[in-house]
Amino acid sequence: MEAFGLLLHGFAVLLTWKTLVLMMVGLVLGIFVGVLPGLGGPNGVAILLPLTFTMDPTSAIVMLSCIYWGALFGGAITSILFNIPGEAWSVATTFDGYPMAQQGRAAEALTAAFTSSFIGSLVAVLLITFLAPMISSFALKFGPPEFFAVYLLTFCSFVGLGREAKHKTVISMSLGLLLAGIGMDTVSGNLRMTFGSPELLRGINFLVAVIGLFGISEILLTMEERLALRGHAASISLRVVLGVWKDLPKYWTTLLRSSFIGCWLGITPGGAIAASFMGYNLAKRFAKDPESFGKGRIEGVFAPETAAHASGTSALLPMLALGIPGSGTAAILLGGLMVWGLNPGPLLFVEHKDFVWGLIASMYLGNVVGLVLVLTTVPIFASILRVPFAAVAPMIVVSCAIGAYAIQNAMFDIWLMLGFGIVGYVFKKIGIPLAPFTLALVLGNRAEDAFRLSMIGSGGDLKVFWSNGLVGSITTLAIVLLFWPVVDRILTRLRMKRAKATPLQV
Amino acid sequence: MSQTDLEIVVDDPTAPEDDSPSVVSSVTIEIFVCLLLLALAVTLGYDNWRTGASWDSTGPEPGYFPFYLSVILGGGSLYGLIVALLARRAAFGTFVTRAQARRVMAVFVPTLLFCLVMQFLGLYVASFLLISGFMRFVGKIALWKSLLTALVFTAIMFVTFDVAFDVIMPKGPLEAAFGR
Repeated sequence: MEAFGLLLHGFAVLLTWKTLVLMMVGLVLGIFVGVLPGLGGPNGVAILLPLTFTMDPTSAIVMLSCIYWGALFGGAITSILFNIPGEAWSVATTFDGYPMAQQGRAAEALTAAFTSSFIGSLVAVLLITFLAPMISSFALKFGPPEFFAVYLLTFCSFVGLGREAKHKTVISMSLGLLLAGIGMDTVSGNLRMTFGSPELLRGINFLVAVIGLFGISEILLTMEERLALRGHAASISLRVVLGVWKDLPKYWTTLLRSSFIGCWLGITPGGAIAASFMGYNLAKRFAKDPESFGKGRIEGVFAPETAAHASGTSALLPMLALGIPGSGTAAILLGGLMVWGLNPGPLLFVEHKDFVWGLIASMYLGNVVGLVLVLTTVPIFASILRVPFAAVAPMIVVSCAIGAYAIQNAMFDIWLMLGFGIVGYVFKKIGIPLAPFTLALVLGNRAEDAFRLSMIGSGGDLKVFWSNGLVGSITTLAIVLLFWPVVDRILTRLRMKRAKATPLQV
Repeated sequence: MSQTDLEIVVDDPTAPEDDSPSVVSSVTIEIFVCLLLLALAVTLGYDNWRTGASWDSTGPEPGYFPFYLSVILGGGSLYGLIVALLARRAAFGTFVTRAQARRVMAVFVPTLLFCLVMQFLGLYVASFLLISGFMRFVGKIALWKSLLTALVFTAIMFVTFDVAFDVIMPKGPLEAAFGR
């Protein structure tokens, strides 16, 4: 029960006026970002990151993570009321949420969405509270080979388990790792890939790339769409809320199943998008009357929202315990940690107790406060959509520019941001995934250092990655995952052969 | 429906038409991107090989790790290039239609100008120009609304970053005239 005591300590860190105010500001900004078209969780966090540069790390992470919770809540508002998913992981919510709104049950659908988001995050936070300290204390025994094996596992599982074309994931990842290597080599002090340019000497800043990739490119993509919308913003009465909550126990299997799927896909790099669809499809498959889905069934809102939020939250677990982010947003938060002068990894739990437990406590509190906030203020946030995009777009561009410049006070970074904006736009349109690129960019240097240190330790013998049971099994697992599609095909074929060999006995 | 209901209607008069002709197909862009990435992989690979991509007495040389990454990137883009070249053109969709390209340019060109102007006039003046100009000419919003929104937003940014949080932004002659 050591975790419980530390958690209480975390709440004590949190309960100051300053932190609570920052939390509210973060949540409001986050919902704002979630509701606006052309902005989402990762973009919002990336753009607002510079605001936190002068804060102490604990206040900074509390505010940023609250922006993230807020964005998760906000995405549901537009999906249900206007059939416009603010985020890719809200797409599944529109299947039943929008029909409910059309039937005049918008308040009910919104309550269901917010409540299930809350439940999903809560399950994931509980998991983080008890699992993260254990994993990190285990990981304290890791040497460079173990760390490299874990990085390898992360990269390989992206390639093997991702839904995109494999070569596109490989391209995206190797490009990210290469760009991370530009500039001064940390081990030898040599310059690499700078081509004599003094601007490239500092390397390519991760956050500048992220602001371009997610912020600028998203504006370009949004402009391609028709931006018209029509809908009703319903305010939620207490009676509706209590009515939905009273029925919650009836849906406990759906909620539990979705939470489990979400947590699993959040920790492995499956992501919130996959989780929300899987949650929805499984709820449909296990239902007695699957054909009623898509016509305004409340379970169709519960299932994807719970899964998406459980996944979004549990993506922070590997980031906190191992320093490996489980999602794009977690990668940006990790970038933030480095800016505030913290070294991500298992030592975080030992060296920065206040920070870690303050963050975990803020996940609990942020979700409760967020739930109350969205339930009471839906009409206000929905009316933000009345602001024309022609006013919102240039403001987002300005915010991106401020964010990109503030990181290193360099004009070069503004141009870099613009360049990454074009790259992000083109990549998204031809299906090269951006999440592996982001992850590779933030982990590149650490992965390389781990590799070189283990090579120096072993005298250049690759067998070091199989030198003991732990590192050996992680490395082997990584390679199996890399070739997972091939392994999967062979297994299926074997099974088919066996099925043919033993004819059906009917 | 209760009385607290609030109808929200937003129109998009300049939305891209659905039947707009295609400017360029996805497969052409994929081939182009793969060629670019291949060229990048060769350039970076050569540079790393020059830096030293083998082993010396202390372990791998600085270029070792990135050299093999360039090989992987080159391999991936070569594979992508072959796939795109062999694929039937019909299997790929349109990359961008003419109407969409016009709208994307309507944001991209002002953003580019904004970055240019920022170097001479500073961020805050450039922001004011970008927001008011974009709202007026692209969004066709009333002039006074555009100017007011731009002024208020820029002022809020200035107070938040320059005054409250001490985040220094590029400044130009206007700020200098006020002694900031």
